[in-house]
Amino acid sequence: MAIKPLKITSYTTTNALGAGNRASLQALQEGRTGLSQNQFDGCDLKTFVGEVAGLDEVCLPEHLAAFNCRNNRLTYLGLQQDNFSEAVLAARNKYGGRRIGVFLGTSTSGIQQTELAYMELANQANSGKRLSSDYHYTQTHNTFSLGDFVQQYYELNGPAHVVSTACSSSAKVFASAYRHIQTGFCDAALVGGVDSLCLTTLYGFNSLQLVSEQKCTPWGKDRLGINIGEAAGFALLERTDNSSEQLTLQGYGESSDAYHMSTPHPEGRGAAKAMQAALDSAGLNSNDIDYINLHGTATQSNDSAEDNAVMTVFGNTTAASSTKGWTGHTLGAAGITEVIFGCLAIENSFMPVNLNTQEIDPTMNANIVMTKNNNTVNRFISNSFGFGGSNCSLIIGRKG
Amino acid sequence: MSTTIYVNAISLVAPGLPDWRQSQSVLSGKEKYTFEDLPTFSPAILPANERRRTTQLIKLALHAAEECLDSNLVAAENYATVFASSDGDHGIIDKICKALTLPEHPVSPTLFHNSVHNAPSGYWAIAAKAQHSSNSLSACDESFAAGLVEASTFALVEQQPVLFVAYDYPAPMLLDSVRHLQAGFAVAMCLSANKEQNSIVKLELHLDESNTHTKCNNSGLEHLRTGNPAARSLPLLQAISNNKTQNIVVPYLQSTSLNISVKAA
Repeated sequence: MAIKPLKITSYTTTNALGAGNRASLQALQEGRTGLSQNQFDGCDLKTFVGEVAGLDEVCLPEHLAAFNCRNNRLTYLGLQQDNFSEAVLAARNKYGGRRIGVFLGTSTSGIQQTELAYMELANQANSGKRLSSDYHYTQTHNTFSLGDFVQQYYELNGPAHVVSTACSSSAKVFASAYRHIQTGFCDAALVGGVDSLCLTTLYGFNSLQLVSEQKCTPWGKDRLGINIGEAAGFALLERTDNSSEQLTLQGYGESSDAYHMSTPHPEGRGAAKAMQAALDSAGLNSNDIDYINLHGTATQSNDSAEDNAVMTVFGNTTAASSTKGWTGHTLGAAGITEVIFGCLAIENSFMPVNLNTQEIDPTMNANIVMTKNNNTVNRFISNSFGFGGSNCSLIIGRKG
Repeated sequence: MSTTIYVNAISLVAPGLPDWRQSQSVLSGKEKYTFEDLPTFSPAILPANERRRTTQLIKLALHAAEECLDSNLVAAENYATVFASSDGDHGIIDKICKALTLPEHPVSPTLFHNSVHNAPSGYWAIAAKAQHSSNSLSACDESFAAGLVEASTFALVEQQPVLFVAYDYPAPMLLDSVRHLQAGFAVAMCLSANKEQNSIVKLELHLDESNTHTKCNNSGLEHLRTGNPAARSLPLLQAISNNKTQNIVVPYLQSTSLNISVKAA
């Protein structure tokens, strides 16, 4: 049974391409990557990262100072773009703060504060026994910190949670929001996600030998793994109205690989199930989709599994690209970042190029977008797949 | 407007409350409550090699999940799942953050992939061969209430049974000084949109502004309730054990409460 579409009233992305939608749009159209040589504080890995500039200078509002950490500074910077706050406040006036849900995704939240607190302790001459009193675990590192911060900043007190299903987190929040609106727990929802660079993910992915020394090359013949990025992205969802020009969430599909903690099912079983479920929930066929935004992390196993899944559901005709070559893999923020890239593609008539990849892996068959274009996109599917075998696909398009 | 959901099975793993069947007489006040340390769990659903790789937190969550299905693990694959935990795995965070202070930053790959908040969900899906949707979420101290709402909306909208598990586990020493959880606690419920043959109770849920939260009428249980986010479920579990219609108010977020009417199924 098809879902009732939800209108995407406002959206904004901040990532390595810059703060706000315009920065991303310009870079995507000009062919300029956001990836740069890793210079992240405390990390000597030779790799490229998608770092957001200027996060150390961002100041949180005084009454929310305890939330200060890289993840919440990135959150705050992101919320200031594209008149997003005005849209949230207009919705609050319309519905009331109790009727607006907040569903956000993150994988590591503000874990960097804990890393720093442990480092400070280790560096103390006579090795103290306690973490610094300046370290506020609950407001920074706890997984809900991001949701708490956003609820308090906008004075919203409706339903809320933070989804943390690794790299599918900020895709799954769209499904949570839909369910809460559909069952009457709220009338509108602020969705999105934020993840920020930290040593845990840089050295953690490196320990799994998944970090590329070069710029990542999704679907590439000689792909070497991921570049880690950071991003904040948000969207406001409401029930559709009579106006004709609007972007809508038309379908979602969620599944579990039930295969391995950090490696996808080789045939892309769970990924295919998520894409098919999204089509089913939208009441659409595969030929109704103009563009596939791939998860496309550029690891050997992820891309080949996803290629198999795309072939199962779509075959090799639907245009597809990964945008990880622009932003790096923004982990828990990847879902929302890539949904917004799809929205920019619809509104500006282009399909993002699969950047950095020179030669496609000859064993893979998806129809990868390799050249700059002005192709029309009326409807796209965005894939997000994470550790633990957590999969989510979203379908977004113009109304009607 | 409220949302109605049916509870078809419950499991409970908490200090002095070793399982749901034995615990109901304590929860209903017929027997005295005594705090006892949690044992080490060894979920039957996990293969031996996975058991070695998993932590106390993961084992606690999976133990509650399999108990809720009464070891009918064949049925496990039919359920979507919602895992709610405020804090995730402090034990792993502690080890990773210590490793990051050392030269070469020797983070173990197994620790890293177990560090994701959805590690219990991932292990469950693999062991139960469950390919349906699984969510893992946090709402800090209100994770039980937020998880129950998410699980209920899932069962209603997707018309699919949901296995909901809420759990949290105390942190090692350093992190315990900034986030003290008194003891491990896990509760699991099988939920469905429609009444089933085995339905235990019906819950009507809505969010409102009530600020008088239901407490446990026993000091030991009340101490437990405030000591672990998953234990915020105790007043609801007491009402179900008492087998009578009752209204429970559980704190939700930012001055909002979750109002739960407990009724016969």
